[in-house]
Amino acid sequence: MKATLDYILHLADNALILGQRNAEWCGHGPVLEQDIAISNISLDLIGQARSFYQYAAELKGSGTTEDDLAYLRDERQFLNILLVEQPKGDWAFTTLRQFLFSSYQQLLFQKLTTHADERLAAIAEKTLKEVNYHVRWSSEWVIRLGDGTEESRSRILNAIASIWTFTGEMFMSESFETASGIVVTELETSWREKIKTSFAEANIDAPDNTFMRSGGKKGIHSEHLGFILAEMQYLQRSYPGCEW
Amino acid sequence: MSVHDLEKHFQDTIDAEIKIEPLDWMPDAYRKTNIRQISQHAHSEIVGMLPEGNWISRAPSLKRKAILLAKVQDEAGHGLYLYSACETLGTSREETINDLHTGRAKYSSIFNYPTLTWADIGTIGWLVDGAAIMNQVMLTRTSYGPYARAMVRICKEESFHQRQGFESLLVLSKGSEAQRAMCQDAINRWWWPALMMFGPRDSESTNSDQSMKWKIKRKTNDELRQQFVDICVEQVKLLGMTLPDPNLKWNEETKHYDFGEIDWNEFWQVVKGNGPCNLERLQARKKAWEEGAWVREAAAAHAAKKQKRADANAA
Repeated sequence: MKATLDYILHLADNALILGQRNAEWCGHGPVLEQDIAISNISLDLIGQARSFYQYAAELKGSGTTEDDLAYLRDERQFLNILLVEQPKGDWAFTTLRQFLFSSYQQLLFQKLTTHADERLAAIAEKTLKEVNYHVRWSSEWVIRLGDGTEESRSRILNAIASIWTFTGEMFMSESFETASGIVVTELETSWREKIKTSFAEANIDAPDNTFMRSGGKKGIHSEHLGFILAEMQYLQRSYPGCEW
Repeated sequence: MSVHDLEKHFQDTIDAEIKIEPLDWMPDAYRKTNIRQISQHAHSEIVGMLPEGNWISRAPSLKRKAILLAKVQDEAGHGLYLYSACETLGTSREETINDLHTGRAKYSSIFNYPTLTWADIGTIGWLVDGAAIMNQVMLTRTSYGPYARAMVRICKEESFHQRQGFESLLVLSKGSEAQRAMCQDAINRWWWPALMMFGPRDSESTNSDQSMKWKIKRKTNDELRQQFVDICVEQVKLLGMTLPDPNLKWNEETKHYDFGEIDWNEFWQVVKGNGPCNLERLQARKKAWEEGAWVREAAAAHAAKKQKRADANAA
């Protein structure tokens, strides 16, 4: 039970924290159409997070709500990977992260659609349609920037160099995953293939032998998460027990 | 046809309630007034994303976060339709945006006020969107076709935003003492700026007469403002809150509420750039545009290369 709950929270936290990060672009995007696109992806991610938190809240029982789980847990209780909590960076960093994460989500949710837990399978099924779009949109940006100008190419290469160390954690098995019958290590080969195919279109190489940072799934985060939560949770913390 | 005949035909078309379309002949001043008004409106949608966007990261529940994000995103969409409507009059989006950044074009002064508490978000939905709707419902019947059609769609979404804003205040008004105080404080701060949204008094408004004749506008600033006051006085009762105007009083003779004097000095100061957030708003827009330059250039360069490759393959 604890493992199942942790697994669902892990899925929810990934979506919420990346949704929170992407929302920072709203009103500040490079061009109006893309401001709308990234806000829309943020909205999808927050929607995903809500589906998972609502399920987790039901499992937890005793009147727990989705907001209790999002707003009243501390840094050490969040189980998202380090990748999603990194600052939004420039447009290259944001679109690249989205591509790497959404490609992982796509493979994962394809597996989850046949999971024995019907509720989880249903959420994955519903969410997959959105994720397919996120993959398409973000891969197009990675290709565009890699193939665009000298500056955009150097920016996407810089983004790859700084982000790569956070990609390994997606494929390091945590006990709540194995207990839920999910073997993330199996996804890595297909993920690398997918990434390489898009990178090839932009003449970019995927790095090898990078040291991989981890800890998020154990609740050991980078220093960024505390600030994200301080901002996000402030009203619920300052005015406990209120309806909004 | 002589210019005189063209002008007569143009006015007859308007008087017959037939929309003016992009390829129709129109007086230069009509084109300029529409460009000014539509672009101002587009800029207001885009700058208006900033004060509300200020609370997305801090929205107090996941539901409110999703609603707010969707709302701000809708405003970006409104900006898009309006920039397109402006383009039908022969001015590119780039030129229009450039006018905003250089200060040649204005946007609604209301967005130069800060959003200080969560209650500001609901209050903006109720009062600011509410005041905007008064104007926009009128504009669905404006004489320039593309503008009128853009407004039909925008109005539907704006009324939805207004209801969401009011509903969010209703929750605060039934909440804790701190929440009720937050709600009243936000109403106190936004009420007068919302009334200023309708513009100067009719006697002071330079653009009004010609705009009425060309049916760009169909109601005067003061008429719309009065209509707004009458509606809000009733709505605020549902919240159990008050409007910060001791002179609000039902007038049996006019069948309208009398209200106090707007601080026109404040109004003109904010128009001139001296409002609490004029500088920040413009800086934020310029920063987004400048930092996005390399992205737009990359997209254009990639599209050109792709086209070149496709042409080479076809040859």
